[in-house]
Amino acid sequence: MKTVVKLENISKSYEKGKYVIKNLSLDVYEGEFLTLLGSSGCGKTTILRMISGLEHVTDGKVYIDDKDVTEVDPTKREVNTIFQNFALFPHMTVYENVSFGLKMKKINKQEIKERVTEVLKLVELDGFEERYPSQLSGGQQQRVAIARGIIMNPKVLLLDESLASLDLKLKKMMQIELKKIQKKLGITFIYVTHDQDEALTMSDRIIIIEKGVIKQEGSPKEIYEHPNSVFVADFIGESNIFKSTIIHIDENKTIVDFDGKHFSIPRNEKDEIGKMVNIMVRPENVTISTEPFQNAIKGVIKTIVYDGSITKLFVDNEGDFDLRVTVKGSVDYKEGDTTYIIVDDKDIVAIREENHEE
Amino acid sequence: MKNKVLKRIVLFPIIAYALLLILLPLVYILFLSFCQNDSYGGMIYHFTLSNYLSIFDITYIGILLKSSLIGLVTTFLCICISYPFALVLRERSKNVQNLMTKLIMIPFLTNSLIRTYGWIVLLRKNGVINSALIGTGLIHEPLGLMYNNLGIIIGMTYTLLPFMMLPVCSATFKIDNNLIEAAKDLGAKPLSIFKNIIIPETLPGVFNGSLMVFMPAIGYFFISDILGGGKAMIIGNLIKNQFLTARNWPFGAAISMFLLIITFLLIYIYRKLGGKLDDLGGM
Repeated sequence: MKTVVKLENISKSYEKGKYVIKNLSLDVYEGEFLTLLGSSGCGKTTILRMISGLEHVTDGKVYIDDKDVTEVDPTKREVNTIFQNFALFPHMTVYENVSFGLKMKKINKQEIKERVTEVLKLVELDGFEERYPSQLSGGQQQRVAIARGIIMNPKVLLLDESLASLDLKLKKMMQIELKKIQKKLGITFIYVTHDQDEALTMSDRIIIIEKGVIKQEGSPKEIYEHPNSVFVADFIGESNIFKSTIIHIDENKTIVDFDGKHFSIPRNEKDEIGKMVNIMVRPENVTISTEPFQNAIKGVIKTIVYDGSITKLFVDNEGDFDLRVTVKGSVDYKEGDTTYIIVDDKDIVAIREENHEE
Repeated sequence: MKNKVLKRIVLFPIIAYALLLILLPLVYILFLSFCQNDSYGGMIYHFTLSNYLSIFDITYIGILLKSSLIGLVTTFLCICISYPFALVLRERSKNVQNLMTKLIMIPFLTNSLIRTYGWIVLLRKNGVINSALIGTGLIHEPLGLMYNNLGIIIGMTYTLLPFMMLPVCSATFKIDNNLIEAAKDLGAKPLSIFKNIIIPETLPGVFNGSLMVFMPAIGYFFISDILGGGKAMIIGNLIKNQFLTARNWPFGAAISMFLLIITFLLIYIYRKLGGKLDDLGGM
């Protein structure tokens, strides 16, 4: 795969000695939908701004299309940004907004007209040319912003929390829309968000960032199913994480003990008896039953949250820890019922973090 | 309920002030402008439109045009000085912005008549500027910096600058930084950003400033008296003369009303062009 953006050991600091981004390297491939995911203040927007050139790197190099653009002005970088508040020019019509970049490039009027018409059709805004941004709905403004970016045929389109200001339903719709536009154009999208749902829905690849450092990268499926740290497991989706102790090591599996229950996980060469391992299981992967089962975790249902297609149960294990269980449809249980929770070995993900106890 | 009463008590002095000291004199001037003048400077309370009609005399039209030209040049100079100032300050912190805008205001706590006299020291033939220029050998003959239209324009620009500075600054500071970044991102160079983003976004501020500079610039007679050497006459002088020298109050009142009508006309045009009145008060 061809690399279209390459960040090489980039750092950013606004104050001496305090780094927002520290020594971060990242390759972005042609045509992919990449998401930078992290909580607010983790530095993800700063990374985006360093790619667009709106922010200087303190250290390191930025390459776009194999060219070193570290010192290149944002006006000359072949990337475009969709801002969080869309940043549409309020005194210009949709047509003027969308054609702005081409006008700056001094492209002839006829071509501008053709390209604007084409791109407005793509975002389904044909007929809105003469409207002003204030006369458009949030979703339409969003699409104008996208049109204004993609008309430039950028190597990469950078989207900074671009759906954050939309209401939930529109957001869901725009997620699919964005993905569709991206597939159709084949342009690389780098999307910044703090919304893990959004990241899972749209991305080809997710980069999870915490405190300016990449914690994990991979496809949504990889990250969801095999988080490599408690932080990621907790951040992406809901999870049950148990601190368990290794009690037995076999040829190819390791047996861990948690609260007197035994689970088997694939063996790792660094496993030693007595060592602590976090085991994680997703709420939708556990089975709940009123009948006592061997190796099942006993608990009392504290809260039941009915959510339409699923029901979420919060189960209290004698005050020691909470278990989350997600069941399809509705349940017959009542709050206060004693239940047994069965965790299958195959659904367990072991998280072995070196020197990292949380 | 209680709040409403309180509000009225607090607002009363302001309303009383506005009614007594602004509206009432204005109504009186309006009334005067329709009266006749007697030969001894007195008033004959007899309705007439002749005061308004005499404004359209060729002499007065000439003064009107010349004043307007001085006003326009002054306004233009104020705009040219205000923009760079506002654009540089825009990049600075809020504290620096506040400090600098306050510094602009400070000279205006002093009487403007005194400050205008101060300019004589700078501008006259053997004044500071001419002496310095001759001293450095840049010129051999002193420049005629005052007792002409140039002197009036320098004085007007200096005196009226804050009225342009403040609205232009406040409009410039308010521009969403994302808009400028978006323009950069789309390939706009500084000059294009200025032309396509800054100017349209600050236009209401500039219009507001222009009104507040242009109208006084055709009316501040003391500046044209002091720095124009009494040779040049602007509308302000004309009105002053009608009241104090010619003792033709009704005609003076008519010219005053005429200026007011021009102001309203300009605001009307501004609104017709899509401007909002709120933006004018945005200081």
